[in-house]
Amino acid sequence: MRLPGQLVFGAVLSAVFLLAALVSLVWTPYGVEDLVISNKMKPPSGAHWLGTDHFGRDILSMLMVGARTSIAVAIVAVGIGMALGVPLGLAAAANRGSLLDEVIMRGNDLVFAFPSLVIAILITAVFGPSALNAILAIGIFNIPVFARVTRGGALSLWTLDYVLAARVAGKGRLRISVEHILTNIANLLIVQGTIQFSLGILAEAGLSYVGLGAQPPVPSWGRMLAESQTLISLAPHVAVFPGLAIVLTVLGLNLMGDGLRDLLDPRLRRAR
Amino acid sequence: MFTRLKTTVAALALCAGAAFGQDSITIGMQLEPPNLDPTGGAAAAIDEVVYANVFEGLTRYQSDGSIAPALAQSWDVSKNGTGYTFHLREGVKFHDGTDMNAEDVKFSLDRARAEDSTNAQKALFAGIASVDVVDDVTVMVTLSAPNGSFITNMAWGDAVIVAPESVGDAATNPVGTGPFKLGRWVQGDRIEIVANPDYWGDKPRLKSATFKFISDPTAAFAAMMAGDLDAFPGYPAPETLVQFQADPRFQLLIGSTEGETILSINNKSQKLTDVRVRKAIAHAINRQEIIDGAMFGYGTPIGTHFAPHHPDYVDLTGQSAYDPEMSKTLLAEAGVSELTLTLKLPPPSYARRGGEIIAAQLRAVGIETEISNLEWAQWLEQVFRGKDFDLTIVSHTEPMDINIYARPDYYFQYDNPDFQQLMVDLNLASDPAKRSEILGAAQKMIADDYVNGYLFQLARTGVANAKIQGLWPNSPTQANDLTGVSWSQ
Repeated sequence: MRLPGQLVFGAVLSAVFLLAALVSLVWTPYGVEDLVISNKMKPPSGAHWLGTDHFGRDILSMLMVGARTSIAVAIVAVGIGMALGVPLGLAAAANRGSLLDEVIMRGNDLVFAFPSLVIAILITAVFGPSALNAILAIGIFNIPVFARVTRGGALSLWTLDYVLAARVAGKGRLRISVEHILTNIANLLIVQGTIQFSLGILAEAGLSYVGLGAQPPVPSWGRMLAESQTLISLAPHVAVFPGLAIVLTVLGLNLMGDGLRDLLDPRLRRAR
Repeated sequence: MFTRLKTTVAALALCAGAAFGQDSITIGMQLEPPNLDPTGGAAAAIDEVVYANVFEGLTRYQSDGSIAPALAQSWDVSKNGTGYTFHLREGVKFHDGTDMNAEDVKFSLDRARAEDSTNAQKALFAGIASVDVVDDVTVMVTLSAPNGSFITNMAWGDAVIVAPESVGDAATNPVGTGPFKLGRWVQGDRIEIVANPDYWGDKPRLKSATFKFISDPTAAFAAMMAGDLDAFPGYPAPETLVQFQADPRFQLLIGSTEGETILSINNKSQKLTDVRVRKAIAHAINRQEIIDGAMFGYGTPIGTHFAPHHPDYVDLTGQSAYDPEMSKTLLAEAGVSELTLTLKLPPPSYARRGGEIIAAQLRAVGIETEISNLEWAQWLEQVFRGKDFDLTIVSHTEPMDINIYARPDYYFQYDNPDFQQLMVDLNLASDPAKRSEILGAAQKMIADDYVNGYLFQLARTGVANAKIQGLWPNSPTQANDLTGVSWSQ
C-alpha cells in the first residue's frame, strides 16, 4: 500500500517538533533562563543557529522548550477532552433518544455555543494566568467535540447486524459500547484527536500571546511572538522563527490528520 | 461616475478631518487612573490627566521644573518664615459656575491635612498650623515652623483647590478651575476633556483632548504608527524609537522624568527583614543590563531614591554595585538558602521586562522568584494597599519624594525613626545648604539600609506627531499639561 504524500510530510513535520520537545528535556544548546543582554537580537549565526532574542536568549533553545510547553498543554487538553467526551458520546449513543442522551447533547451544545477562546480568557482571568489553567480551558472545549464525534460514529454502528447479534447474545449496552462500538470508531477518534491536537497548540499559542498561558520565565511560542512584535523591523528573526514554528507544527498536524483520515476511512479508500 | 463621487466624498472627508483635527489631540498613557481626584488618590495617572488641565493649585509646576503662580497671583512671607499670605486671582470660577474664593482654599487645605484625610501626600500639609480667610481673595496660612519647600508643596497635584460642594464625587466627576473640564470617561478605554470657555487665564489652543490607555508595547506602537494617537509621552516600546526618529511624521520627546524606578522590597516580609538579604539582592542586580534590556539604553542608573538631574543628588551606585559573589557570601552569612520570593509586576513594560531580567539575575545568586503579572488595579490592591508581596518593580514619578521613606505604613514598609527625624529636620530647614546636607544624609541612609533595589531613573521616552508643539520635553512632575499645546499649520 502506498502512503499518501501529505501524510508522510505531515508526520515528518510533526515528528521534528515532537523530537525537539523530547530532546529539550535533556539538552538544549543554551539555557532558556540565561539572559545575556549584551548579546541581544543577534541574527542567526554559527553559535546561535536561529539568533538571539531581545534578552539575548538563544531562540533555538527557546523554541525547543516552547515546543514542549505547547505539546504538553495540547496533549493534556486533548486527553481531558477524550477522557470525558468519548464516554459521554458512547453513553448518549447507547441510550439514543433517552433523557440521558438529551441532557448530554444539550449540555454539549451549551459548551459549544460559547466562543472557546473567549471562555478560555474568562477562565484564566478568574483563576489567574498559568499553563495549568490554559490546559483546563482548552480541555473543557475538547469535551463536546469528542462527545459529538463519538455519538455520531456510534449511532450508525448501533444499527448494524453484528451489534444486534451481540444484543441477542445478551451483552449489555456497556459491554457492547466498549467491546464493539469503541473499537470500531477508534480510527475516527485518532483523526479527530490529531486535529484537536493542532487546534490545542494554536489555542495555547493564542492564550500565551495575550499573556494568559505559561508565565515567564517558561518559554512559550505565543509569548515569544508577542514580545518580539515591536522588534519586527529591527530584528525580524526574533518574530519570524516562533511564528514559523507555530505555522509548521499546525500545518504538519493538520496534514497528518487529513492523511490519516484518508488512510483509515474505508469509504474514502474505496472511492479512490 | 461612481468613482468620481467617491473621490469627492473622500476629499471632503479629508478636508473636514484636517479642519477639525487641528484643535484636538489624542494622547496615549500606559495606565488608566483609578479615579480622577488628585486630592484623594496616589496614582500618577490621575495627575497625568487632570494636573494643570482640570485642576489648579495655588502655585504650579512649569515645564522646566520651576514654580509659577497659579490661582494665587502673589504671596507674602512673614519675617519669621511661618506666615504665608496668598493673594488669589479674582473672577476665577469652577467648572460648575461657582466662584473660587478664599473659603475654597481654606476648605481644600484643611481637608487635605485633616486627621481622616485620604490625601496621598499628607506630608505636604503637615507643617500647616492654621488657614485663615482674610477676605474673599486673601488667605493667610500659618506654619508651625518655617518650611523652605512650602511654595513647591503647594504646586503638587495633591494640593489643588477643590470646592466643598463638588468634591464629594470628584472621583468620577472632577470639578476644578482649569482650562479643560471633563467630557466623558469611558472606563477601560479613554478619558475626554473639553476646553472650558469660562477659563480665567489664557485660553488653550486645543478645543478638546482625549487620553487613551494602552500599556501593551505592541498596541502602542501600532496606534502611533496608524495615527490613532497624536502623542505618547510615556511611550512603552523604547525599542521602536529609532523607527520614529527616522520618520519625518514624528518627533521624539526624550528627556528626564522624576521617576525613580526601583525594585521595591517588602521590608516587613519575614524573608526580607534581614538587611544582609536585601543587600544581597541589591548586589545581585546588574543595572546596565536592565537599562539595556528593558529600556533599550534609555535611563540613568541610580543608587538611591533621588533624581540624578537634581543638584542635591549623591551618586551611591557604587554601594550596591553588581557583585554576584558578594551576594552569595551575604546570603550565606545570613544563613539563607533556597530563598523563594514573589515578584509581582504591574503592566508597564519597564516592570514586565525588567522583572524577567531581575528574576534571571537573582537566580544566578541562588534566589528563586515567582513572577506574577498583575493588572494595574490588582497591583494597587494587592501590592500598594494590601502589602502582599516580596518584590515588585515600579517607577515613583512624584518629584522629590524621598519623604515616602518616612512613612512606615507606605507599601515597602521601611520603619526607621532616624530617617523620620531627618525628614522632620528637612521640613524645618529653609537654609539651602542645610537642606542639601539633610537630603544627602537621607539618600545615604536608605542606601545604607538597602531598603529597596535602586535601578534607574526613568527616561522620558516620548513620541509625538511632528506637528504638535508645546508638549513638555521633561517631566518635572506627573502631568500632561495641555495648556500650551497646539498644532503647527
